[in-house]
Amino acid sequence: MAFDGIGASVRRKEDARFLSGRGHYTDDMNRVGQFHAFIKRSDRPHATIDSIDTAAAKQAPGVVAVYVGADMAADNIGGLPCGWQIHNKDGSPMAEPMHPVIATGKARHVGDPVVVVIAETKQQAKDAAELVNIDYTDLPGIATMQEALKSGAALVHDDAPGNLCYDWHIGDKAVVDGVFANAAKVVKLELINNRLVPNAMEPRAALGDCDPFSGDYTLITTSQNPHVIRLLMGAFVLHIPENKLRVIAPDVGGGFGSKIYHYAEEAIVTWAAGKLHRPVKWTAERNESFMSDAHGRDHVSTAEMAVDADGHFLGLRVSTLANMGAYLSTFAPCVPTYLYATLLAGVYKTPVIYCEVKAVFTNTVPVDAYRGAGRPEATFLLERLVDCVAQETGIDRVELRRRNFIAPDAFPYQTPVALQYDSGNYQATLDGALAAADYAGFAARRAAARTRGKLRGIGVSTYLEACGIAPSAVVGSLGARAGLYECANIRVHPTGSVTVFTGSHSHGQGHETTFAQLVSSQLGVPIDQVEVVHGDTGKIPFGMGTYGSRSLAVGGTAMVKAMDKIITKGKKIAAHLMEASVDDIEFKDGVFSVAGTDKKKALVEISLAAYVPHNYPIEELEPGLDETAFYDPKNFTFPGGCHVAEVEVDPDTGVTEVVNFVAVDDVGRVINPMIVEGQVQGGVAQGIGQALLESAVYDASGQLLSGSMMDYTMPRADNLPNIKVGTEITLCTHNPLGVKGCGEVGAIGSPPAIINALVDALKEYGVRHIEMPATAPKLWSIINAARPRMAA
Amino acid sequence: MPQVTLTVNGKQHTVDVEGRTLLVELLREKLGLTGTHVGCDTSQCGACVVHVDGISAKSCTMLALQAEGCAIATIEGLAAADGTLHPMQEMFREHHALQCGFCTPGMVMSAIDMVNSHPQGLTEKQIREGLEGNLCRCTGYHNIVKAIAAAWPLMHQKAAAAE
Repeated sequence: MAFDGIGASVRRKEDARFLSGRGHYTDDMNRVGQFHAFIKRSDRPHATIDSIDTAAAKQAPGVVAVYVGADMAADNIGGLPCGWQIHNKDGSPMAEPMHPVIATGKARHVGDPVVVVIAETKQQAKDAAELVNIDYTDLPGIATMQEALKSGAALVHDDAPGNLCYDWHIGDKAVVDGVFANAAKVVKLELINNRLVPNAMEPRAALGDCDPFSGDYTLITTSQNPHVIRLLMGAFVLHIPENKLRVIAPDVGGGFGSKIYHYAEEAIVTWAAGKLHRPVKWTAERNESFMSDAHGRDHVSTAEMAVDADGHFLGLRVSTLANMGAYLSTFAPCVPTYLYATLLAGVYKTPVIYCEVKAVFTNTVPVDAYRGAGRPEATFLLERLVDCVAQETGIDRVELRRRNFIAPDAFPYQTPVALQYDSGNYQATLDGALAAADYAGFAARRAAARTRGKLRGIGVSTYLEACGIAPSAVVGSLGARAGLYECANIRVHPTGSVTVFTGSHSHGQGHETTFAQLVSSQLGVPIDQVEVVHGDTGKIPFGMGTYGSRSLAVGGTAMVKAMDKIITKGKKIAAHLMEASVDDIEFKDGVFSVAGTDKKKALVEISLAAYVPHNYPIEELEPGLDETAFYDPKNFTFPGGCHVAEVEVDPDTGVTEVVNFVAVDDVGRVINPMIVEGQVQGGVAQGIGQALLESAVYDASGQLLSGSMMDYTMPRADNLPNIKVGTEITLCTHNPLGVKGCGEVGAIGSPPAIINALVDALKEYGVRHIEMPATAPKLWSIINAARPRMAA
Repeated sequence: MPQVTLTVNGKQHTVDVEGRTLLVELLREKLGLTGTHVGCDTSQCGACVVHVDGISAKSCTMLALQAEGCAIATIEGLAAADGTLHPMQEMFREHHALQCGFCTPGMVMSAIDMVNSHPQGLTEKQIREGLEGNLCRCTGYHNIVKAIAAAWPLMHQKAAAAE
């Protein structure tokens, strides 16, 4: 039998069902007697809702109900809650305006739900929605943060003066200013982190049901964290106690963060099912994804690095505007603060850092965590700034990085922005990536490209990120309104097979395979006898779900803890059966043995005894072999690495070809290399998408222009190169598996590598910085504008 | 209500549909074949690709009534009755060419047509360009390209052996 333990590229257990069309996604589910909801959304960025005429819609064929915001208010339905409270510089709490489930009084962004039409069929609901007349009075739309902050600007929320959500900072400004005043050189860069639309391939969907006799509610939804939805929706929105609310997140077709949050539609279908005593289903059309799924990124920043004469970083000073959109999405406030500013040390020993962040309301779709969540923004800023420092000091950009790296023997390393890194080796990942990319041979390739009329550039990004979110007490002190532990339940069945119930959720990550590998190798049970169950609050004790590359570091550790309990109990049973002292029992490869003897019992013999306790220490030990563990992490984990991008630009068209991309990452111990490689490649593809293609575009009034896949450029197969992935491992020191997380590294490290390569390619045109996405027209304009000057 | 008669995965169906019903709606909602997915409204994503008389087509961009008399093949009909996967399905599994699985049915159906219609061989460039109509957000396409390249000889060997 092929090795299928930790470190083996086991082929995925979940693939057969996905490949044969037998996955069960939310929209594939139907319940007897279900109605369909269609949501009529605001087509205005900012408008008062003066009246809504639903009379004709209510009379339309098949229509059973038409609801507006007032109907929910009449049922005492609260607003959608925000899960993280940030405090201002002066200690006061952030502005936290009401986020109605259905817009009441005003519509605040294109896509804001205004009317819900429920009918026998989807088409009838959609047809009837056409008959609803909404009288709006347009208000000035606030599309950008700069507009929002202008004195006298229209207010998105009356209770958020100046459209400011918070004005937060970290670090000692006076100390940092002092360092800047005395520095040999200061390098400054203004830059934008472009707004992205996550675009998981499966549109969001929700199916609510309510048993009128028992009052039991069920919500099937496209979520990365069903227990979080149960908690938020049950406790804060619909007031349904947990024992009466089951949330199921079945197969979910990608999330990338966008399916973490509690969305209005989940509450709408659950509430409506309770009112109508029939199941109610809603499935987003893609245009609704664009105008209602939380967007990502959208920062405008000024960054300055103070350096000494030898290029040593002395201090970093950053000022950032972060767009919150029209309402606070579930975890939005923590993204540009504790997941961003705390990462600004990166892989460098910069001694002092100050960062201030203004979070701003605008008439745009809410912004929240999207693959990387704050860390891509920090990395892009830092790695662009470092290249600018290299350019302006004349120090080679690789040498400059090496000169400022935290040394491999400096761990644990306390940064000036709160985090303490446990392990890493940035030299090793840099060396690995430069070798794999044949960095030394680049000059010859550039010269060869020149003969073909192409501008070739190479770019390096050395990054670090924080995963495995997070110690509950720490995040609690920083404003999180949740604990961020994870739960696992390991059930060894009487005849020795195992079911793993995990609070983590798999929506592409391959947990059914990786977790089975982990449990199989630890308990010595064949992998095909290990089943992983996730995504159902009716089956799993509890769970905080999957985001921030936390599933293995936090969820996997919970499994290890539960298995430890299984083994501890198993040893007691084995000691009884073999008439030995429990201290003499050893467990290895699925077998309990008495040390120094040939006496042994397989796990299956122990599990059978546990469930058929005829010969059993029943006075001291309960029957059964079923253990649950909760694990609260001790620290974040800190994956890091180096990405190298090589690009060629056609000066006549501005078209960029990414001709080579290398990622060498330190993700800690690897359970399944095939899956890790796939995660990194997928992340890099999204990073290249951000750097070259993708951008959510609003016009000046707040109208969403890139509202479909015809307008928003998703990366396609012929936009992307083969992505070479390598690893250089240091183990995480504070979890038993030594794992760090691999889900986001690709999207974090890659955008600055691409832009650094483009700036390198275009350096003869006097380019210092290029904003993302670096589209062909943008590059062509840069080249074309410089040509006459160069010819002169 | 108009009727359409068509064959799906070898089985004939006669179904009442509205004139505006899309082929994908017929497959998913009337026939319960939920393996074919809808990922966009604008014919961009290709999650809905099926074979119509052996040629790949976006079933969200075709009215059900246009399929009158046609033979439709969907992802559910690919594997053999004993569960043996089609070589393309097998290569997708072998090369980890899927993550969340949502784009996968359309990807596999497009890929099979691509291989069938290129008996002389497929370069990486041709595969990448051939996937122009299929979006995947998870994999970065790297492993999908590898899987299709690996399936080409298997499918053409099989075709040659059958002759």
